[in-house]
Amino acid sequence: MSEARFSVGQRVRIDDRMPPVHHRVPSYVKGKTGVIERVCGLHGEPEKFIRGDGEPRQRIYRVRIPQAQLWTDYEGTEWDKLEIEIFEHWLELAE
Amino acid sequence: MSEHHHDHDRTFQPDHPEPTTEAARIGLALRELLIEAGHYTVDEEREVISAMQGATPENGASIVARAWVDADYKVRLLNNGIDAIRELGFDLQPYEFTVMENTEDVHNVIVCTLCSCYPRALLGISPAWYKSGSYRARVVREPRSVLREFGVNLGDDVEIRVHDSTAELRYMVLPQRPAGTADWSEDELASLVTRDALIGTQRELDVARKVP
Amino acid sequence: MSKPWGPHDVGGLKAGPVDTTDHDTAYWEWQIDAMIRLALKKDLISDFAELRDGIERLAPGDYSNLGYYERWAKSLAYTLVSRGIVDQAALDRQVTSVRKRQEAEGVS
Repeated sequence: MSEARFSVGQRVRIDDRMPPVHHRVPSYVKGKTGVIERVCGLHGEPEKFIRGDGEPRQRIYRVRIPQAQLWTDYEGTEWDKLEIEIFEHWLELAE
Repeated sequence: MSEHHHDHDRTFQPDHPEPTTEAARIGLALRELLIEAGHYTVDEEREVISAMQGATPENGASIVARAWVDADYKVRLLNNGIDAIRELGFDLQPYEFTVMENTEDVHNVIVCTLCSCYPRALLGISPAWYKSGSYRARVVREPRSVLREFGVNLGDDVEIRVHDSTAELRYMVLPQRPAGTADWSEDELASLVTRDALIGTQRELDVARKVP
Repeated sequence: MSKPWGPHDVGGLKAGPVDTTDHDTAYWEWQIDAMIRLALKKDLISDFAELRDGIERLAPGDYSNLGYYERWAKSLAYTLVSRGIVDQAALDRQVTSVRKRQEAEGVS
């Protein structure tokens, strides 16, 4: 479906699963919470090799995470950010 | 999931400085087999290499210069990079091209931690350091230290945004236009823009570089 | 921090200073690059995801000891052999032939 599940400004959590196949979610953001910075387009996602659900294209979102939330020893300022694009099926609304 | 403290001590092994001969031989041997089997020709290879070498950071620089002189173009570029660069004859499809603007308050830097995704059509071949384990490991975690190694010293009044290019987006930084360039031509402006400024490992542009 | 998924999953690991110097790309490296592009163009492989998957399957020692283009070369070899486009024994023979030629030419 081409309708976006999430919108800009929503708080989302990145899942921390470890599928046994090539996927594009770095471990340092798994389990972390951020905010949708941008709704991007539909793309063929790399796990399509095993998903086989007929529609491999999934929506991508840019997620913005404060660096201070990623690293307990972060050396920079509290307003420094990490922004990363994540496929929709790795995201869920955060509490 | 609890944090494993030993992970903090894990060190990435440095990239081998010289090519390991056996793996390079595998590449060369593979090439010979593919050409021998007729999958491609040496002429095709030469053509592809020539095209790759033809892409340089001047492409990205020309986009920056246009955005500096044309405020409406800049808005289009920031909103839809793919369509905006097509106006100038560049194509990065199937990727989404995302331009991040530097300001007085914000400095942007790009990385691909998982491999080394890079907008080659606009910036040419990526530098060795961009592909290095050290850059990929550290710039997301200690960007200010890494930027200092490139000679970029940012005060606490500047926010750093690190962009990890993990999927189908390709990024470029739009550096700030230097002061004293108000009456310059687009070509002159473009001549100031370096590859490192487009990646984010350079912030200030040097007006002494102006050409002609 | 979650456990790294593979040797390529390096974001956040500790590492030494970045070598910021520019290194020229050797011609053989351009040839590896061209080979990958042509493999895609000629449908020998379907997309880059296949090659990234191959790189992620490299043994950790391989990943850290090999240079960038060597990783891609090994990944492409693995992928093409898996797909039956290249025969492993033929590749092994060709590698031997490359080695012998290099030794004869005095190339290290």
